[in-house]
Amino acid sequence: MQFFRKQRISRLNGDRQADMYPHSLQFYGQPPTENISLAEFETFAVDRLRLLKTIENIGVSYVKTSEQYSKKLEAELRKLLFPYRVDVDEKELGKEYEKRRKDHISHFILRLAYCQTEDLRRWFIQQEMDLFRYRFHEIPEEHFQNFLNTNNLIYNSINEEERRIVKLSIIHSNANISAVKLEEMEIYKVPFQDVLDLVRSRKVYLKGGYTYIPHKEIVTVVLNDFRTRLSKALAVTARSLPVVHSDERLQPLLNHLSHAYVGQDYSIQKNIGKISLEQIDNLSLKSFPLCMRNLHKALRENHHLRHGGRMQYGLFLKGIGLTLEQALQFWRAEFVKGKVDADKFDKTYAYSIRHSFGKEGKRTDYTPFSCMKIILSNAPSQGDHHGCPFRHSDPELLKQKLQSYKIPGNGINQILDLVKGMHYQLACQKYFELTHGVDDCNFSLNHPNQYFAESQSLLNGKDVKREAPAKISGGSQETPANVKMAESTSSAEMDDLELLFQDAP
Amino acid sequence: MHCGSTPKTIDCKSQHAPSQRPVSSCLVCYRERTTNPTIRHPSRFRYSRALGLVSMSDVYDPASLPDLLPLYYRRLFPFSQYFRWLNYGGVTKNYFQNREFSFTLKDDIYVRYQCFSNQSELEKEMQKMCPYKIDIGAVYSHRPNQHNAVKSGSFQAQEKELVFDIDMTDYDDVRSCCSSADICHKCWTLMKIAVRVLDRALKEDFGFEHRLWVYSGRRGVHCWVCDEAARKLSQSARSAVAEYLSLIRGGSETIKKVQLSTPVHPFITESLSLIMSYFEDYALIDQDILGRPESVENVLALLPEDILLETCSDFQKYKTSVKRWESLKKRVKQGSQKNSALLDSEIVLQYCYPRLDVNVSKGVNHLLKSPFSVHPKTGRISVPIDTRQLDQFDPFAVPTISMLCQELDKAVQSGEEDESGKDKEGEPEPKRRVRDYKRTSLGKYVKVFELFVEQMEKSWKGQLLKQSDMQGDF
Repeated sequence: MQFFRKQRISRLNGDRQADMYPHSLQFYGQPPTENISLAEFETFAVDRLRLLKTIENIGVSYVKTSEQYSKKLEAELRKLLFPYRVDVDEKELGKEYEKRRKDHISHFILRLAYCQTEDLRRWFIQQEMDLFRYRFHEIPEEHFQNFLNTNNLIYNSINEEERRIVKLSIIHSNANISAVKLEEMEIYKVPFQDVLDLVRSRKVYLKGGYTYIPHKEIVTVVLNDFRTRLSKALAVTARSLPVVHSDERLQPLLNHLSHAYVGQDYSIQKNIGKISLEQIDNLSLKSFPLCMRNLHKALRENHHLRHGGRMQYGLFLKGIGLTLEQALQFWRAEFVKGKVDADKFDKTYAYSIRHSFGKEGKRTDYTPFSCMKIILSNAPSQGDHHGCPFRHSDPELLKQKLQSYKIPGNGINQILDLVKGMHYQLACQKYFELTHGVDDCNFSLNHPNQYFAESQSLLNGKDVKREAPAKISGGSQETPANVKMAESTSSAEMDDLELLFQDAP
Repeated sequence: MHCGSTPKTIDCKSQHAPSQRPVSSCLVCYRERTTNPTIRHPSRFRYSRALGLVSMSDVYDPASLPDLLPLYYRRLFPFSQYFRWLNYGGVTKNYFQNREFSFTLKDDIYVRYQCFSNQSELEKEMQKMCPYKIDIGAVYSHRPNQHNAVKSGSFQAQEKELVFDIDMTDYDDVRSCCSSADICHKCWTLMKIAVRVLDRALKEDFGFEHRLWVYSGRRGVHCWVCDEAARKLSQSARSAVAEYLSLIRGGSETIKKVQLSTPVHPFITESLSLIMSYFEDYALIDQDILGRPESVENVLALLPEDILLETCSDFQKYKTSVKRWESLKKRVKQGSQKNSALLDSEIVLQYCYPRLDVNVSKGVNHLLKSPFSVHPKTGRISVPIDTRQLDQFDPFAVPTISMLCQELDKAVQSGEEDESGKDKEGEPEPKRRVRDYKRTSLGKYVKVFELFVEQMEKSWKGQLLKQSDMQGDF
């Protein structure tokens, strides 16, 4: 891509437009090859970022296939002038082309901003996939085969004989397919490596290394393909980034784009050494989120934590300001009370503590886990105490635990409702509100260390350091509903970003 | 070599004091604790200068490892088959050379990124270092011992067998006979079930043909899936496979760990039918889950309210686990909640279904204990399990390193070698090694391993031919 200031944008007309973007949904295989003004570059980037941020927010608040989700996303797409419908009549073609072009270009711009670190890539891929999935579902069946063909996705359908053998098993593997419906569809045989999501959740029939996928389910396959392609492309983009960064017009914009959305990751601790070990017991009751309170309690009771618990809790402690020496002292004192003698501790556990502080091995200073990471990865099993209690605990046990912590009854019910609706972070925010005696926690929780920082600032009356543009929240004070808060947070962040552009040359 | 000093007596280290020792079996004799507070286990080391062998009783003492390991690695470890396995027919260049091994040496010294150029170097190094424990890691992009020299980011784990680790501790909430590191014949059935269920799925559902099951030496089993497709799997693919195979969800905070819904996936149906052939003997009779009061409570906690009361009153009428199970199955069918008819299956699965650690399986660079490694605490060798004779496998019959050394010693004494311990003139060491392990209890396990490697070799031969055809290399 070449950038010229205020250059006239070359436009295609009529048929050629249709060729460029035959579908509203694309795989973004080829980068755009036209000239574009800096102003348009910025607008496109910011708009798409807004779109992706909305996708993230409504993804937390609503189930992805629900009607509310679809409605909200469609509204946003329309507002920001992105394509949202597949079948478009003749007279709309011109406008539609503009939208598709914007879609195409903005995607590639954001690739530049989001290819640099693992976290950024993961976030970008996640939102782009959600967008893709939504649009894919909107494709009506007549257009489907066409879409597959234009994107070279050739899946082998099976013959009659094989159909007879696998028919029943497919019906048993899949709640959505009845025998009647299955008769009408093609069944494709796809190697299991290409449909990991379906295999992982056991929603597909698997035999001899091949999955048998009825036509209706092909979206997951396509999504997987999309993710793989995008992931590879981002890696390639990252390698050519130095060239892009040498263009001074682009560098500040790209940096601000990516920083605005990672949020604070608590890798640089500001309060190093300000916490003493004696304070931890007390702090765990007052300022720790429930997950960390549980871990601390389990550690004190059992004088031991398994690996998952040590990682999650250990990194959290690092995030609140424990030094390496303090951490070693802390864990050692506790483990020695249990079955581990001091010698063994120094040989085995001490190494991994130093490792997590970046003093061993490849010397990565590991960042404390965010809520998303705790909720989505590494679920606890027998003997574990890590994870998110709102996500991983039995509701009954959770209720008992909250009762034992003297949380008022109707507060517990509110929490349990949020848990049922899978709004784990909102449930934790509620827990914050109930334990601190406030009506509104005034922030959008996505990190346990954030919980701690907010709690401390509330209890000590200090202002939480919020850096621009990496703001955690600027949540509005008038709206009590947490859903609205999540959205208004994003608009506050977007406002900051736009302020930045007002000053840009 | 040993100096031939006077015989020593070693007191049993554990002293059998329950409050002090976390393990409940004596480290020396691996027998269960008795109430007798002090039991002495004399072992006498006879240092045979000529042979450099250590003769002792077959009781295992970790302190004797430095004496036993050299013998094990010189005369018993099956290097030939081991190399044939990990070399994978030489189809991919440098596959063996880029493989990471890690050794745990004496005094808990742990060294990573070990690699070897060929079988001979592997043997020499292992005989020199005498590792207490050997782990196998991934095949990397470069020789592992060069990992610091390579530009950061380029040194990558590329391939590794797909592995599974089943550990008996993960079943502590559903077995009453033992806990933590202990096992017994009753709960060993859980491992048999795990091998059966997982092996079937890996073979029939995933199409993996080369699967090696290994006893870990103390309280579990490992599986090594060696198909080419398996070795090339990405991390997310591995975790997907592991999740597909997982039915038990939740930790100590979760009471009911299995949730089924209709339609029931064929994988679950197949697994259940395998488990049911063990269920009555294992759960109802051996573990007596509906007989012992604490256990009954745990089962009842899994039931929904609408059938709980009737089930309890049934349990007043029937007193044996078997009868109670029958009545429970009937009640379950009467339940009013959605999917309540699946409840008995859910209970069976919670008590018997394999519990695997997803984290072990998903890492491409994860290091796992090697087959034929010694377990330092029990002395048992991690031996392959013959899945065709799975039900006959007895973990307590697996030889310990001290047993093997004693067997070798006896073989010497029975005159198969001359007094000086020198082998027949000019006999090369590998050949002698073959005679050696065949003479010991290790022989039958090496046979299983040999068969496994031979099976794989058939598939590589075809590949090598293809390759040489393509290169015009006749």
